[in-house]
Amino acid sequence: MNILFNGESRSVRAEITIAELLEELTLDPRRVAVEVNLELAPRDRHRETTLNEGDQLEIVTLVGGG
Amino acid sequence: MAMDSPAGSLETANAEDSFWLGKHVFRNRLIVGTGKYETFDLMRQALDVSGTECITVAVRRERLYDGDGKNILDYVDLDRYTLLPNTAGCYNAKDAVRTARLGREILRGLENPGADWVKLEVLGDSKTLLPDPIETLAATEQLTAEGFQVLCYTNDDPVTAQRLKRAGATAVMPAGSPIGSGQGVLNPNNIRICLEYLKGDDPDYPVIIDAGVGTASDITFAMELGVDGVLLNTGIAHARDPVKMARAMNAACEAGRLAYLAGRIPKRLYATASSPEEGVISSRPW
Repeated sequence: MNILFNGESRSVRAEITIAELLEELTLDPRRVAVEVNLELAPRDRHRETTLNEGDQLEIVTLVGGG
Repeated sequence: MAMDSPAGSLETANAEDSFWLGKHVFRNRLIVGTGKYETFDLMRQALDVSGTECITVAVRRERLYDGDGKNILDYVDLDRYTLLPNTAGCYNAKDAVRTARLGREILRGLENPGADWVKLEVLGDSKTLLPDPIETLAATEQLTAEGFQVLCYTNDDPVTAQRLKRAGATAVMPAGSPIGSGQGVLNPNNIRICLEYLKGDDPDYPVIIDAGVGTASDITFAMELGVDGVLLNTGIAHARDPVKMARAMNAACEAGRLAYLAGRIPKRLYATASSPEEGVISSRPW
């Protein structure tokens, strides 16, 4: 299925959870925050939150800023 | 890199003059940004000598092409610095609120004390980077209701400043001049009025100059006006020698704070002699 990942279309397997996706992307879950369809997906629910076709996903981290 | 001679005097001076910012307390009154440094290593050195205990960070999309790349968190001692996540780059209240929630989520994961606050920045114009006061107010109300301590970047308008305080802002942070412009405090009279209105019956309410610092004297001048602290980034990061400038900013902040506490003499049109008028051996020609 396709999701919109950080503004770009990306193919992922059906019913993948956020935790599984972060693992596939080798992202440290402590250093990122995830939003699905404009709503924050809390870290403690990543294992049980599955993604759906067309979901709009944002994965953000910290960068330098003022 | 340790401070040389001023370290002892700084600690002594600041021990009696804590900087309360909402639920946080610092000894140093600078908040320093982490953007625009040539390298992370240079940033780390500059932050070290700036004396700051509170640094701002931005929230941005994870870039996967650089999976093994450097992350700012590899260069920041999370036990030393309280992180202050910002909402820089947001042009409406809705996006600023989303960004604040995401920043809080990351800081909770890092177990950093900065997870309870946000530097709210809602811009209205990409050329001047001036804030949108209406969206800033709306975001302040929303984020305060969600339990955030909101530090509001705003313009130097005293009426907006009062509205933000009434909406629950933990601190109001008027710009001295536009972000990254290096023009210093352009309208000190507005800052004076902001200070009077915000602190008149609430002297401990924090007012911080956020943006516009170009060199050390800008900070001293701001601190002499009576603001509680100064937030800056470009003035250090883009100096020819950022580490040296960071040290200058640290000294300038201490100088300005001490001068404010000491109380300056009033300005006079005419001179007043420093040496005694009596006992002069010279005769006057008139």
